[in-house]
Amino acid sequence: MNNKNLFGKPGFQTLLASVLCAIFGIILGLIILLLMNPQHAFEGMYAILRNFFKYSNNSTNLMYYMGSTLVKSVPVILCAEAILFAYKTGLFNIGAAGQYTVGIIASLYTGIALKWNWFLCILAAVLAAALWGFICGFFKAYFNVNEVIAGIMLNWIALYICNIILGSPVCMNQTKSETYNVSAPSMLPGFLRGLFGNNNYMTIAIPITIVVAIAISFVINKTTFGYELKATGHSKDAAKYAGMNAKRNIILSLVISGAIAGLAASLYYLTGIEHYKISSSVPQMGFSGIAVAFLGGLNPIGAIFAGLFVEYITLGGQYLNTNYYNPQVADLMIAIIIYLCGFVLFFKNILNRRIIAKSRISREGGVMK
Amino acid sequence: MILLLQYTLIFSAVLILVALGGMFSERSGIINLGLEGIMVFGAMSGAIVMVLLPAGTSKFTIVFLTFLASAAAGMISSLLIAVACINFNADQTLIGTAVNMLATAAATVIIKAFNTSRSNGTDFSAKLDYVMPQKAFIFNIGSLQLSWFVVVALVLLVIATVFFYKTKLALRMRACGEYPQAANSVGINVYAMRYCGVLMSGFLAGIGGIIYIAAANSTWHFDYGVAGAGFLALAVMIFGQWKPERIAGAAILFAVFRSLSNVYMGIDFLHTLPISGTVYNIMPYVISLLVLAFTSGNSRAPKAEGIPYDKGQR
Repeated sequence: MNNKNLFGKPGFQTLLASVLCAIFGIILGLIILLLMNPQHAFEGMYAILRNFFKYSNNSTNLMYYMGSTLVKSVPVILCAEAILFAYKTGLFNIGAAGQYTVGIIASLYTGIALKWNWFLCILAAVLAAALWGFICGFFKAYFNVNEVIAGIMLNWIALYICNIILGSPVCMNQTKSETYNVSAPSMLPGFLRGLFGNNNYMTIAIPITIVVAIAISFVINKTTFGYELKATGHSKDAAKYAGMNAKRNIILSLVISGAIAGLAASLYYLTGIEHYKISSSVPQMGFSGIAVAFLGGLNPIGAIFAGLFVEYITLGGQYLNTNYYNPQVADLMIAIIIYLCGFVLFFKNILNRRIIAKSRISREGGVMK
Repeated sequence: MILLLQYTLIFSAVLILVALGGMFSERSGIINLGLEGIMVFGAMSGAIVMVLLPAGTSKFTIVFLTFLASAAAGMISSLLIAVACINFNADQTLIGTAVNMLATAAATVIIKAFNTSRSNGTDFSAKLDYVMPQKAFIFNIGSLQLSWFVVVALVLLVIATVFFYKTKLALRMRACGEYPQAANSVGINVYAMRYCGVLMSGFLAGIGGIIYIAAANSTWHFDYGVAGAGFLALAVMIFGQWKPERIAGAAILFAVFRSLSNVYMGIDFLHTLPISGTVYNIMPYVISLLVLAFTSGNSRAPKAEGIPYDKGQR
């Protein structure tokens, strides 16, 4: 009886919780707008939510900006996939930011200095980032170094190596202090560019992302390997007792997680949409990935929608009238939504307790009859 | 060489305070990944106070009010972590990340709005200037120039160390980080102790934030947050194995390398070496990773950190 209740299903609870977080976040965002400038608050929120549909009378523009949103959500979705994959093994891969950075190094160095074919560039990024994940996993499995700690150290090491390699004259335009354009053979092939208003950044990155998400979902839920990973995550010792190689699973989980983060970097930077600039802090992408993974309820498919939503709101900030507000209000809204995600577990517990209490009442009622 | 010393002092002051903050929080059982965000909130409030105080204000008032504002903002923002993680059993790593995102976005929005209204709509930047009030923090003993920032950090380090080892409250907090159910069984209020730990981390990280932006700079762009200083402090804390005196040592090590990367050009024999400044930046991380690899077999991390407290669990 319990299982037939819609609210009792974990999947539905997760979805409900995420949607509630989003709605609360938007309401709080509106309150912030009201505090900043009461007269234009509703207009401002409308601008963020309407977003690129502003161009709905011009289908070319509409599709163009929709395409840009899709392109920009690719890396954050994949970073989220990387993080949730490791999370299934009970590992918090905060090092995804560093693995992403290593992915940037490999894809841009091979794409700018070596001018490799795009496929090889992606491969290089994936392998390099997987290696970075391996280092983290190796320290965790054999030296018992906490993966969060090793990850934070490796993030910074990756950042500084990135600044050295991509800051060299072969990659960086020293006068503009940003990297040169990615060479023509290294650019990703286009995908449905005509449909999206000749948006040159529309590439095969988008279908690849979806395929990867489905593949991850399959591996986690339907394969022995995925089962082993989850078992290791639940209890390392029990998994070992059941004959699973816990050390191997920890390393493999972080290697795959790293590979996905590297893929994220290559699929973003090889579209040419952004140039790398010398930075003094680790790219935000890995951390945004944590946020998206949780907003998506730690589900590989959920992460796609969460990533699209986050990117939609973030870019929506640019449609605000800058006379009254600044675009970072949208970032603030996203941060609030992520913060609220922390309360999801609590919310689910309350929901479950209610359902259990209810079913007990109905069962006892049945006995009485 | 004097420049190297100055930079090292400032960086170590920041790292010591923030890492101590992290230590108190983790020792009470709450992982505080939001240190970075708390620093931003502290830095922002301190900077706003410095900008708002009228030109004739006495030095003492400036110094006192700036520190007060930073510490208060740090504590208030740390409540975001405390409430979610202690009362609502939220995932501590997620909440920390959220606070970091929240802080940078909020600081940018607030400073931009502040600048816009102050300049009647001509200045939309997220930048604050505090050239004049910043001078109030500098004083001389003989020919030696010192900053209140460094002195306050030193005093707080001494207080924190004594507090950590010699008081009942600290002992209770540490018990809650190791085995909260056992602490509860002898009548210690685990929730209160954890609140204590997180609030202390807010206090220290808030002050660390203002030192970070104001000790060596006279303007700050808030769209960058504090550029990873909070995570650096986390690394210092781990390297220091969650103990105040070791954290102080680790902070100085990190600060020396960080300063070297900034000033090595000015030191002749280092300048002639074929080493780029970035290499000095990498060194502390590589060293700490290797040291951790050899010492983590018997890691000193608090046993209950990161695990929400469940009264019924045994």
